[in-house]
Amino acid sequence: MKHVLKCTFGLKPLGYLEQSITQRKPQIMKNLPVDISSALDEVPLGISILNKDRKILFINRALEAMSGFSRGECEGLPCSSVLRFSNCIENCPLADIAEREKNILEGDIITQDHQKIPVLVTFAPLVNGRGRVTGYIETVEDLRKRRTVDPIRIHPFSFGDIIGRSPQMEKIFKFLPAIAQSDSPVLITGQIGTGKDLLASAIHYASPRAKNPFVIFRCGALPDNLIESELFGHEKGAFPGATENKPGKFRFAQNGTLFIAEIGDLPPSLQLKLLTYLDEKTIYPLGGTRNFSADVRVIAATSLNLEQIARGGHFRKELFFRLNAVSLHLPPLKDRDGDIRLLLEHFMRSHASPQKKALLGFSPECLRVLEEYTYPGNVLELKHIVEYAVNICRGEIIGIRDLPSYLTETFEDLVTPLAASSPSPVEASVEDGMDWSAVERKMITNALIKAKGRRSRAAQLLGWGRSTLWRKMKHYGLAAPGDEGLREIGQ
Amino acid sequence: MKKVLLALYGNDIAPRFDLAPEVQIVTFDREGGEEVKTIVLPRPSAETLCQIATAENIEAVICGGIEEEYLQYLRWKKIEVIHSIIGAADAALPRFRLGSLKPGDILVERRK
Repeated sequence: MKHVLKCTFGLKPLGYLEQSITQRKPQIMKNLPVDISSALDEVPLGISILNKDRKILFINRALEAMSGFSRGECEGLPCSSVLRFSNCIENCPLADIAEREKNILEGDIITQDHQKIPVLVTFAPLVNGRGRVTGYIETVEDLRKRRTVDPIRIHPFSFGDIIGRSPQMEKIFKFLPAIAQSDSPVLITGQIGTGKDLLASAIHYASPRAKNPFVIFRCGALPDNLIESELFGHEKGAFPGATENKPGKFRFAQNGTLFIAEIGDLPPSLQLKLLTYLDEKTIYPLGGTRNFSADVRVIAATSLNLEQIARGGHFRKELFFRLNAVSLHLPPLKDRDGDIRLLLEHFMRSHASPQKKALLGFSPECLRVLEEYTYPGNVLELKHIVEYAVNICRGEIIGIRDLPSYLTETFEDLVTPLAASSPSPVEASVEDGMDWSAVERKMITNALIKAKGRRSRAAQLLGWGRSTLWRKMKHYGLAAPGDEGLREIGQ
Repeated sequence: MKKVLLALYGNDIAPRFDLAPEVQIVTFDREGGEEVKTIVLPRPSAETLCQIATAENIEAVICGGIEEEYLQYLRWKKIEVIHSIIGAADAALPRFRLGSLKPGDILVERRK
């Protein structure tokens, strides 16, 4: 009966697992007259089989899609390094499985795509005929699928995990249900930190594909030569180093949604390949002779002006038009009227609650600083600011001193003279794509121009001390070589 | 001088950035020497690690799995993030020094 499990995974010979299953799996499973790996691949629940040292022997296709690891990549690696289940790291449930009454744990995992996914993990020992533990089996359920129908999570000003009540966001929310129900490709645009990933995820989980995988692929994170293999998969021997078949993100996302972030970074040759998929729904793995039909909805996102890039000839116009059929633009946070306050309250509650902190809100001065700030990093930056403040705050009200220093250094000193209508305020218009350093540099330059090169006056206009201005000028390369910062023009 | 932060769990790179109970900050000088500082966190927190990385002027972070928002935040702060590393800190550091450590590197012998 040792040869009963001689089978393939569909893509490659079972190889090591075949051997390990016959050697390590309990007798009852060895005797099953089925192709167990193929059967497990059809289960829409993540499944992993571990040896007694908690090293991975096998993961099924659902867990491949969820974790982002292919079967070959994770064979022989510690479960905690692959699954990255929160409970594995703090207190591995398999370490004391015999004493445990409950074999179900709720927690989260971090995927290869850097997503934190809430999961429910069920685990059990694999025991041989003599009652000895020879390994473990785990099932991993993605709880995001349950959330889509959870009425408790419905927020009056939200869609999925995106929150906003500004007219700009309400307009987007109005269209989302219809977009979710369609199967057309979607293009999401918006600056960094505006929530493009969340929007894509919200569309998927509101769509009829919600029970199937939501797979994320980031073009910018990989060198060009690896993108094709990661996205479309490759066959063994397709290129030097391709020692095994790789399924690719399209196969992982079968019947679900593939979110391609930073689509503007997709190399031209692959733009054509993606366009072919959108037209023919067929995938050609790298080095393969056989294609396969994929049923995957594509949602793409970019922080670039794709239309302009396409017009300049650096992005295929046909692909742009195909993706742009349904497009959504997420506005920068500074342009979302009234959302800053809503998001501040939301993130304060969400960060304070796990720490059991009873925070009541923000002080008026603190709110003024936070509402006046331009957030070049958008919602992501606001979230970090609030998380920091919640951690630092020791009272019930978040004050100005609880904010990160880069806000208080600049805004306590800079906004005050502005608010007090100082005779010559210094402003710097924030353009798209400018980070805080660029804004600050521009402010210093403006102040020096207004002060006709006199640093004392420029420092006064900025509301800084002379030494602060000098330090920042030196930092931004605005000080002349050999300038000691003590001489003042005209003084 | 180059400063690198390693998110640790025991002697290994912590499988998750947000659950690393301690960090090691290694400063390499031009003469080839290195200074090592270990910080044990009161409780694991990705936010605290980001604050440490920015406050200490870290140039690179070596870690295991990291959530997108922290990855973007660190990159936004011009900090290189070499993520998804599986293996011991002792194996990662020499590779980092040689410039050959890249995201996703597996530095353990696979035990099949």
